[in-house]
Formats: sequence, C-alpha cells, structure tokens
Amino acid sequence: MRHLFRTRYQQDIALWRHNGDRFWYALLALIVLLAPAVLGEFYIGELGAVFIFAIAGVGLMLLVGYTGLISLGHAAFLGIGAYTNAVLLAQGVPFLVTLPIAGLFTALCGAAIGRPTLRMSGLYLAIATLAFGSIVGTVFQKWTAVTGGFDGFAVPTPYVFGMSIEGATGIYYVSLAVLVLVLLVAANLLRSPTGRALVAIRDSEVSAQSMGIHLARYKTLAFAISAGMTGLAGALFAHYVRYLAPDAFDVLLSVQFVTIVFVGGLGSLRGAVLGAMFVRLLPQFIAVVRDSLPFGIGRLPGLEPSLFGLTLVLVILFQPGGLNGMWLKTKQWFQAFPFKRQASFRRQKSYARSERLR
Amino acid sequence: MSLFQARDISVRFGGIRAVDAVSFDVHQGEVFSIIGPNGAGKTTIFNLISRIYSATSGKLIFEGEEFTRTPAWRIAGLGIARTFQNIELFPNATLLQNLLIGRHCHSRVGFIAELGFLPSVRKAELHHREKVEDVIAFLGLERYRDSLIANLPYGVRKVVELGRALCIEPKLLLLDEPSSGLNVEETEGMGFWIEDIKKDLGITVIMVEHDMSLVNQVSDRVMALNYGKVIAMGTPRAVQSHPEVVKAYLGGEVDA
Ligand SMILES: Nc1ncnc2c1ncn2[C@@H]1O[C@H](COP(=O)(O)OP(=O)(O)O)[C@@H](O)[C@H]1O
Ligand SMILES: [Mg+2]
Repeated sequence: MRHLFRTRYQQDIALWRHNGDRFWYALLALIVLLAPAVLGEFYIGELGAVFIFAIAGVGLMLLVGYTGLISLGHAAFLGIGAYTNAVLLAQGVPFLVTLPIAGLFTALCGAAIGRPTLRMSGLYLAIATLAFGSIVGTVFQKWTAVTGGFDGFAVPTPYVFGMSIEGATGIYYVSLAVLVLVLLVAANLLRSPTGRALVAIRDSEVSAQSMGIHLARYKTLAFAISAGMTGLAGALFAHYVRYLAPDAFDVLLSVQFVTIVFVGGLGSLRGAVLGAMFVRLLPQFIAVVRDSLPFGIGRLPGLEPSLFGLTLVLVILFQPGGLNGMWLKTKQWFQAFPFKRQASFRRQKSYARSERLR
Repeated sequence: MSLFQARDISVRFGGIRAVDAVSFDVHQGEVFSIIGPNGAGKTTIFNLISRIYSATSGKLIFEGEEFTRTPAWRIAGLGIARTFQNIELFPNATLLQNLLIGRHCHSRVGFIAELGFLPSVRKAELHHREKVEDVIAFLGLERYRDSLIANLPYGVRKVVELGRALCIEPKLLLLDEPSSGLNVEETEGMGFWIEDIKKDLGITVIMVEHDMSLVNQVSDRVMALNYGKVIAMGTPRAVQSHPEVVKAYLGGEVDA
C-alpha cells in the first residue's frame, strides 16, 4: 500500500497526487501523441472516435455520476452540436469559432431542458429526456431547410490556422486537444465549490439546500455543462462521420452514452474515458469475431444493442464501480502484492444513490 | 434583544396541526431546548425555521429581520445551521468534502474562475480548508478525514454532521436530537461539545432532545411541546416538573 504523507493543504487540491501519476500520464500523453506515426488511418479514426465519445462521456458523467440526474436524450445534444457546427461552417464561419459556438449553443439548449425538468428525477427524468431526444430527432428530419433532412448534410472541411484538417489524423489531434481541455475543466470544477455542490445534490437534496446550495441553479448548470461538452463532441463527431444523417442521433446512441458512464464507473472522470473505450471497441470486437461465432449467432440482427444492454445489466448487478472500480482494485492488488485483500474482490452490494436512479 | 423569535407560527398537514400558534424567543448566547413526546412537532419547527416547510401563518424573525418567506437555500447565508434527526450527510463523499460543502455559503468565487481553477479559487480553497481543519481539530475527527461517510460508524457520523453545521460558522445552530442513537459515553461527549460551542464559539443553540440528563446539563431554558402546542416554558427544572409536561410524558390526555 502506498501512504501519502501530506504536509500542505495544497497537496489535496493538486490534480496529480504523486510523481508516479505524473510519470504515467506523461507516458500516456506521449503514446497518444505519437500514435498517428505508427497506426494506420483506420485505427487513428477509431481512436479519434473514442476521444469524441469520451468528451460526451465526461459531459454525461458530470450529470449522471456527479449530480445524480439521468439523461436519455444526450444523442440530441450531440446532434445539436454537430448540426450547429456544420451549418455555421457551411456559412463560411471559421472552425475555431464554430467549435466553441456549437458548445455554447448546446449548453443553452441543455439549460433550456434542465429548467422545466427541475423537479423530476429517476424514471420521470429519464422519460422526459427521452421525449426531448425524439423531438429533437424529428426536428433534424423535418427542418430540411437547415439540416437537409434525409438527404443528409455534407460537413465542410475544417481549417485550423490555415491548415485543412481533412484526414483522420487532423480530427484525431483536435479531438485529443478538446478531450484534454474538457477533462481539465471537469477536474477543476470538481475541486471547486460548484463540483462539491453537484455531489451534495446527488447525495441529499434536503441537506444540500440547508448548506446554502440553490438547487434549481446548480441542476440547470449541471445540465448546461453536460450538454455543452456533448455539443463539443458533436461538432467533432460531424467531422468524424463527414456526412450528417438525421437518424444517427437516436435513442440507441443515447443508450450508448449512458452505457459509457455506467460501465466506466459512476462518479469518476477516468471511468468516462474507459467507458468510451469500451463502447467504441465493443462493435469492432463483434465485427472481428462475428464470423467465427457458432450457431450463426454472429448473423443475428440486433446483436450489438443486445450486447450493450447485457453488459449494462451485468455491470450494474456485479460491478457497480464499473471499469474504474476494477482498475482501482487491480492497482490496489499490485500495490499490496504479497498480501491479498479478499474483501476488495468480493462482490459489492452497496449502491450509490445515483446508481439507484431515484 | 432576542437573536431569534417565532411569532404564532402554525403549519397544518391535511387535518393535523403539526405546529399550532407557537411563539418563543431565543436569546443571544443561550442553549434553548425543545422537548416533547414523539410527534409533538419539534422537528417540524426546525423544518419551518430552515424553510423546508412554509408556515401557514405566523412570523419568523432573526436578528430583527423577518425571514418567513426567504427561500431555503438562503438560510445558511443568514447564519442559521442545522443537523437532522436521521443524519443527512453526503454518504458518497469523504468527511473532508462534507465539511467543505458546509463552507458553500461562504464561497464567493466565480464560475469562470472555477473552470480554470485560477489563483483566486486556489486561495479561497486553502482558506476554506483551514476553516475546516479548525472544526476537525475542535471535534477530534482527524483520523477520519479521508473516509467515505458511508464507511463511518453512526456515532462518528453524528459528530461529522455537527461539524458540517459548524463549518457554516453560524450564529444560530439547530440540533435535532443530537444524542439519538449514541451510547452513554458518546452522549456525554456531545454534551461537552454543545457546552464548548456555546462558551468558546459563542454560538446560540436550539436543541431538540429526549435525553433529559443532556437537556439538564446544557440548557438555559426549555420549552415543552405537545400536539404542536407549547405547554410549558422556563428553566429545565421547572419545565420538567410542570404538571402538563408530566402528563404528556405519561401519555395522559391533555385538555385542549
Ligand atoms: N411532511 C409531512 N407531511 C405530513 N405530516 C407531517 C409531515 N411532517 C410532519 N408531519 C406530522 O407532524 C407531526 C409532528 O411531527 P414531527 O415534528 O416530526 O414530530 P417530533 O416532535 O417527533 O419531531 C406528526 O404527526 C407528523 O406525522
Ligand atoms: Mg423529530
């Protein structure tokens, strides 16, 4: 076990607690920066998509994992970000302007949906956001003047400082930069009064209020931040797919986002990234093993959504800490090495309130 | 002058009058206890003061200002903190985080500054931490600093909740059954803390309590309540021997 000897309060608000952490994260940064030199175009594209989903995952994590509010409509926010970005680009607005505008506009939409659903939680909120998602989806289909409807919308090539970022590698680096920024902002919020207010609302609304926390303001803020980050992801997603189809932003995509936060591990930013890796890599994995599966399972329609659903259920039942929880336990096991800590690996039975979906 | 005044406050839930035209004054620096059988309306009075419930009629006054209609989230900022009968901590956060949330009403940093964790935020955080550490030292909670609340024993959680209320740096502290669920030793400790809170920190306390020895140990004045009505008020001794109070506790009918 590692014990941290603290001599200053500064140490508790630092982003990295040990030099060891700093080393591993620097190594990871080096690997992802150099990956395009080694991996082919396809893999870089897919890794870029992992980053994009991780950005949305961090956004949804703040809402679900830290504020305890559920949303089944986040695909709509991704779509709003994607269309805002693409439409503005088509008007000739530069990418470095459309990207933040896509984020800000989606944040406004988030606040607009957060406001009327203030008194809802759990199942009611799930249904309200689901309805919101399908309304927005319909708007994408019917508002052909702007979105092009089912004809689709060809996303213009973005330029950053005069350089066109056409190929997968360009989007890869932009997505990586946005992901790092979003993670940094989220970590900063979480070590500030606002982040603590969100956690307080998640754990007990009545006592959050007695601590001076304005529930309506912070819930609306949580929705806005969450939607804003998802909008940024949407702007990048537009460039990943290159051609926007209105039915891409459906409930199944929203469920994938929810899977990211639950499988990744509620209440952890690392979990959001791990969850995004899982959600993006599972379909690839299925594609690879599809043909070698027995009894024609591989040819069953709906194999992918079923597997997503199954993992979601299994994780909630057996591993409430998600991938992040597994990661922490494994790390602990190595640190404690010759001593086994049986209890760490026993099935967890306690659920956080946010996990019970009030 | 009184720090806090309740003027004829009433609240009804459906048919029952949970609190019925209750008036009392709490003086600066005293420990004022509210006693009464279960269902008498003691917790409801606290919920009215913390504005979780709205009084059907009557007035609440703190430091000469009426706050009968002030929204609940502003109460901490006025300088009124409370604990709950059935502990309402933030179970999936650490003790340190719980106490830091108690500092929320003192936070003045802007949202944009928080996004970048600017030096102003860092400085404010360090200041809050120092205040929180004072409370941790005061209540002797050092060894639990980084524990999740969900993993702490009940007795400790009760103390943490007291600590979280102290982090608000209140002028008035409402304690709802601070000794419930505690063993004899822990109750004694709670008594000493309440005395210290009054003497050393100069905080005025309103306490709802069933344990009469604790009430006698710390209270300056006591108010007895039954069926939402005040039945006696005065020194601890006088109230306990008041015939109405004796009757209420023996379960006899009280003439309306
Ligand atoms: N939110 C509520 N809705 C309906 N009845 C309530 C509510 N809160 C309290 N009561 C009723 O008010 C009465 C007083 O309750 P309470 O103040 O909790 O008593 P105690 O003195 O034991 O703290 C009880 O009859 C209780 O059932
Ligand atoms: Mg009570």
